[in-house]
Amino acid sequence: MARVVLPQALAPRAGGLLEHEVEGRNVRALLAALDARFPGLGAELEGRVAVAIDGEIYNDPLLEAVEPDSEVHFLPRVGGG
Amino acid sequence: MKRHITATIDGEAREFLCDEDQTLLDALRDVLLKTGTKEGCGTGDCGACSVTVDGRLVCACLVLAAEVEGARVETVEGIAQEGVLHPLQRRFLEQAALQCGVCTPGFLVAAKSLLEKNPDPSEKEVRFWLAGNLCRCTGYDKIIRSVLDAAADLRGESG
Amino acid sequence: MSEEKKFRWVGTRPIRPDGIDKVTGRANYGADFALPDMLWGKVLRSPHAHARIQSIDLERAKALAGVHAVMTAEDLPDLFAEAAKSNGGHDGFNDLAHNVMARGRVLYHGHAIAAVAATSSAIASQALELIDVEYEPLPHVLDIASAIASDATLVHEDRVTQGVEGAGLSNVANRVQLGHGDPAEGFDLADEVIEREFTTRPVHQGYIEPHACLAQTTPDGRVTLWSSSQGHFMVRDYTAKLLDIDLSLVKVIPAEIGGGFGGKTTVYLEPLAVVLSRKSGRSVKMVMSREEVFRASGPTLGTRIKLKLGATSEGVFTAGEATLHYEGGAFGGSSVMAGCMTIFAPYAFPHVRSTGYDVMVNKPKGAAYRAPGAPMAAFALETVIDEMAERLEVDPVDLRLRNAAKEGTLASFGPRYRRVGCVETLEALRDHPHYSAPLGPHQGRGVAVGFWFNAGLQSSAGVNLNPDGTVTVLSGNPDIGGSRASLALMTAEEFGIEYERVEVVIADTQSIGYTDVTGGSRVTFATGMAVIEAAADVRRQLCERAAVVWEVDAERVVWEDGEARLKGESDQAPLTLAELAQNAGRTGGPISGRAALTARGVGMGFGAHICDVEVDPETGRVEVIRYTAVQDAGRAIHPSYVEGQMQGGAVQGIGWALNEEYVFDSDGKLENPGFLDYRIPVASDVPMIDTVIVEVPNPKHPYGVRGVGEVPIVAPIPAVVNAVYAATGVRFRDLPLSPPKVLAGLDGESAA
Repeated sequence: MARVVLPQALAPRAGGLLEHEVEGRNVRALLAALDARFPGLGAELEGRVAVAIDGEIYNDPLLEAVEPDSEVHFLPRVGGG
Repeated sequence: MKRHITATIDGEAREFLCDEDQTLLDALRDVLLKTGTKEGCGTGDCGACSVTVDGRLVCACLVLAAEVEGARVETVEGIAQEGVLHPLQRRFLEQAALQCGVCTPGFLVAAKSLLEKNPDPSEKEVRFWLAGNLCRCTGYDKIIRSVLDAAADLRGESG
Repeated sequence: MSEEKKFRWVGTRPIRPDGIDKVTGRANYGADFALPDMLWGKVLRSPHAHARIQSIDLERAKALAGVHAVMTAEDLPDLFAEAAKSNGGHDGFNDLAHNVMARGRVLYHGHAIAAVAATSSAIASQALELIDVEYEPLPHVLDIASAIASDATLVHEDRVTQGVEGAGLSNVANRVQLGHGDPAEGFDLADEVIEREFTTRPVHQGYIEPHACLAQTTPDGRVTLWSSSQGHFMVRDYTAKLLDIDLSLVKVIPAEIGGGFGGKTTVYLEPLAVVLSRKSGRSVKMVMSREEVFRASGPTLGTRIKLKLGATSEGVFTAGEATLHYEGGAFGGSSVMAGCMTIFAPYAFPHVRSTGYDVMVNKPKGAAYRAPGAPMAAFALETVIDEMAERLEVDPVDLRLRNAAKEGTLASFGPRYRRVGCVETLEALRDHPHYSAPLGPHQGRGVAVGFWFNAGLQSSAGVNLNPDGTVTVLSGNPDIGGSRASLALMTAEEFGIEYERVEVVIADTQSIGYTDVTGGSRVTFATGMAVIEAAADVRRQLCERAAVVWEVDAERVVWEDGEARLKGESDQAPLTLAELAQNAGRTGGPISGRAALTARGVGMGFGAHICDVEVDPETGRVEVIRYTAVQDAGRAIHPSYVEGQMQGGAVQGIGWALNEEYVFDSDGKLENPGFLDYRIPVASDVPMIDTVIVEVPNPKHPYGVRGVGEVPIVAPIPAVVNAVYAATGVRFRDLPLSPPKVLAGLDGESAA
């Protein structure tokens, strides 16, 4: 199961917890699993955030693969100048 | 009322019509289609439109086209002679003294004007002479080095 | 891998392919295009910071001889209001549409409200004066404190704060919070805690080339745009979106770009030029004046940052906490998120939290500016670290090294770092002779670290092999600082051919696949990756063609040193690129390769700067007398242009620290919209900028490349401010450090 870390602002929507063990082969599956546990949270995350999977940031991450031991962080999106 | 102007521009005798209040910069760019000279501000603060008129370094945005009647105007487009780059142009290329390159025409004209007056300037003299030319990309380092090296080239001192 | 690799071209300093055009005046920038039927377009801009538009009468302007078209927001489709309504008032394209042309209300001094197209620039200017607008001036809000007050005047009447449950109408567009651990617990573990507040003013990117474009339209709806931007696909997409046109009907031809620094990652003129062209049936050229550039494009706006740092007496950081308020201008959208993410990024913190507020004020819509949001954040953290080092009586570089982020460190913005060069960069700075050089009276030295993520995003590339063995590379990224050279170097390396045999073309939107903007320090990294992949595609085809010639299986052919060779014992003479190219027609046809990718494996970037200043105690003038910039480039493809980024970023940061600021009067009017009064550094203001390129290769890039363009502007502000402290004993926390402010500080009046 991947270890998922939510942005602090979303912890209240997820039982007050930042970290969650979630099953899924890609980010879309993680979001679906989170959504099943906390209705609405998956959709909220999907619309707004980037993801870091094992330290690498993806801005459009839905289909990125996640390993069973991956650490997945949801972050704000940043671009650049 | 248009004015009829005859001038030598980059070594070529040219005739053109301009408005009374048209700047030399606008006449060069919009009438003569010599767009090598750039506009960065239109108020004489950035030096991108530097040209020489009878050997005097000016901002073309602050000179009226009508003022160059009978004069010799030199722009960046006339610096390379018969396809051979001037040492300043060569040094700017070799030493990566340009990034976006939009200030480069003004810097080249201004630096050439300096070296014609002072063939052996100090770093400080180069920096102060070029203080009217703004560059936002390079931090000036490579520009100053290129001008100093081109000066040495012109004096026949560098290999 | 890449550490072992021996390069022939990568790391050399040849002349850039577009260089000759740029030193002879032949290169065409945004304002250098003309068409025979061309009209000149100009924009009427608001004289008020905030007002309701009661009426716009265009009749007198239309009647002027030579005027062919006049437009207002009525001529733009209003497509995004519903999307905004369902999202608390916030929608990016709704904001963009309302920024290019005000609808109902003007929200800042300089906001576009109408535009004209006429046969000459002079007539267009005259027509603007004949447009009669009635305004009802409204109260305005110009600074963070008044914008977030409970009884604040609202910039928008319908916007609620995003990121806050149950939020009401507010000038705060967004709130964001991130971090890990519990800062309160961390501060309990600290022996020393320092808490300070910092402010910065709006500054402009200051590119020398004003925004410019030329639009041509046809009666059947086709659009051609010549435009100077950081991304012609961005210009295509945004213009098409605002005007509801199919992307296939819009062709954007990239002009050379005269600087951008983030400020040319959006559109201002292009949608207007297209509308004016449609209305007049003529092509329309629009060029901003410098005053318009300052009033209506760009800037990054003001900030207020409160920061608290805790450390043990051994100099180990125990906690960091920051509250960041960033002005986003009239529509929000500030870089506060990036500020929150970068503020503690260079160091390991067991407990860290940053909270950001994106604040709307009646100032121009902010745009990205080189490492958006990070320089102001670094100003806060890196000066507090300097103060902490002094209090703990440790060397400021040692203190940073003790806490520096390394592989596996939990970054303050969330994930664990992969291989990064923060430690190596700091060590190179510490070991540089500059760091231990003696100083004179009234002189001081400061150091600081800067961090930026760098971006990957989408890139396409094409590699066409010509019959004579030369190679044409197609890129979709405007070349803003030498990327043609870096792409050509990588191509020459991939084929093992001479650099001079590679030509790089910046292709228009109909000639190359989609490519994201030249921004986020991504071109050499990401588009470079696409070029390498496209070249590999061509190499594979070359091996296949050699196999056809030799009548062997393609697996038996390898590409080495610029030629196809048969593996194992063989008498076959190798086939060169030129030989294979010449015979392409009879071995299967023309040879070309392509690649299109979302670049993965971005290497994050760290820089560390040393600044020496001398402060004139009589006038308060600060002079930078020596400066050294150190940066991890991963791998420098063309070192001169990497150095150029470092030097240019350093000087841009010095300007931000010492001189640059927007000055608004109490009516919200910008008082210094010109280079005379908004003073960017000139050649006589700065010394040579020494550079040290550190190379900790990015393991995820074939050559080890990290982005380099943005990191260099992050460290200068705190490096300068720390140096001024060392010289004067006064800690300044409000930018810029202009002579009057420094003098007042020396007199003890405003030492914050």
